[in-house]
Amino acid sequence: MTSLSNSVSAGAEPQDFAPTPMMVGGEVADFFALLKPRVMVLVIFTALVGMVVSHVHIQPVVGVISLLMIAVGAGASGCLNMWWDADIDAVMTRTATRPIPGGRIQPGEALAFGIVLSVGSVLVLGLASNWLAASLLAFTIVFYAVVYSMWLKRATPQNIVIGGAAGALPPMIGQAAVSGSVGIESIVLFLIIFIWTPPHFWALALIKAGEYAKAGIPMMPNVAGPQSTRRQIIYYSIVLFPVGLAPVFLGFGGWLYGVTALLGGLGMLAFSVHVFRNREGEAERKAALGMFGFSILYLFLLFSAVLAEQGLGLFRPVMA
Amino acid sequence: MTSLPDKSPPPRRLTPEEQQRQRKRSIAIAAVLFALVTIFYVLTIAKLGPQILNRPL
Repeated sequence: MTSLSNSVSAGAEPQDFAPTPMMVGGEVADFFALLKPRVMVLVIFTALVGMVVSHVHIQPVVGVISLLMIAVGAGASGCLNMWWDADIDAVMTRTATRPIPGGRIQPGEALAFGIVLSVGSVLVLGLASNWLAASLLAFTIVFYAVVYSMWLKRATPQNIVIGGAAGALPPMIGQAAVSGSVGIESIVLFLIIFIWTPPHFWALALIKAGEYAKAGIPMMPNVAGPQSTRRQIIYYSIVLFPVGLAPVFLGFGGWLYGVTALLGGLGMLAFSVHVFRNREGEAERKAALGMFGFSILYLFLLFSAVLAEQGLGLFRPVMA
Repeated sequence: MTSLPDKSPPPRRLTPEEQQRQRKRSIAIAAVLFALVTIFYVLTIAKLGPQILNRPL
């Protein structure tokens, strides 16, 4: 007997069954949320800067499609990250309402969505620009989804230090997409994001240490303690200062960039010392939030300065 | 001849809210497919340029 005849013989009406949203799938907005749109915006921005510093003319259409594919690839890796981390996302307040722990999208749907977008973005980028850029994008996706999410995140307090490489790669992909090679410019931009990542994330981790402990993630404040984390934030801010100024010494950062990197680097140092000094209660929270907020502004201003100088012709050399 | 009892859940009609959600998803998939076709078309023209018309038949 078929299931249809079963239901008929049992006299079941459609409305007898409570609607379960999981059986139909999530909203379009939920699938979009799986791609971590805010991270995608940052990826588009940094990849665009990587393209601009190359000074290679390409078809605008090819450039736009390449940029779009880099963003989709980054979104796909975010989707795979959400699929893998659904169990810990459900425990943490900040992430509990994401589509999978929120019950709006099934894990299998997210996995399929992430894989299709990963493969699709790499293939289209390869066809649109070149296979070096496509390989770098594939490496970024695998590094973020497998090396960081599946291995490092739950295994070591150095998770975001090493995993930060994935977030730092877009400028190199952007340069590879337009020029077919990776130059010193995008390597320096990679280093800036790479060194910037630990103080940026650890400032947030200081505030959310309880949440990370609840989820069992070995973030630096949970493993080495808040005091050691604050010291390391200062160390990374010290290293970031000369790395941020490197474009000036290498000749692709002019006056605008130089002044921005100088003031921004001093700001990062000042905020890191402020975090180190304020260790209790509301003052600690405010200092860490200030560091987190300023670090975002720092990176945005630095990359905006490169874009303005190299893309809008505002470059005035500091070094002869 | 005896048949095994069918344990699969009985079919149900989607609620209007679910139908609307499914419809939106279908439209989104159609839009993505259309965008993909456009990307390949525009990319072909951009990469080959006027030469696309200058080929042996």
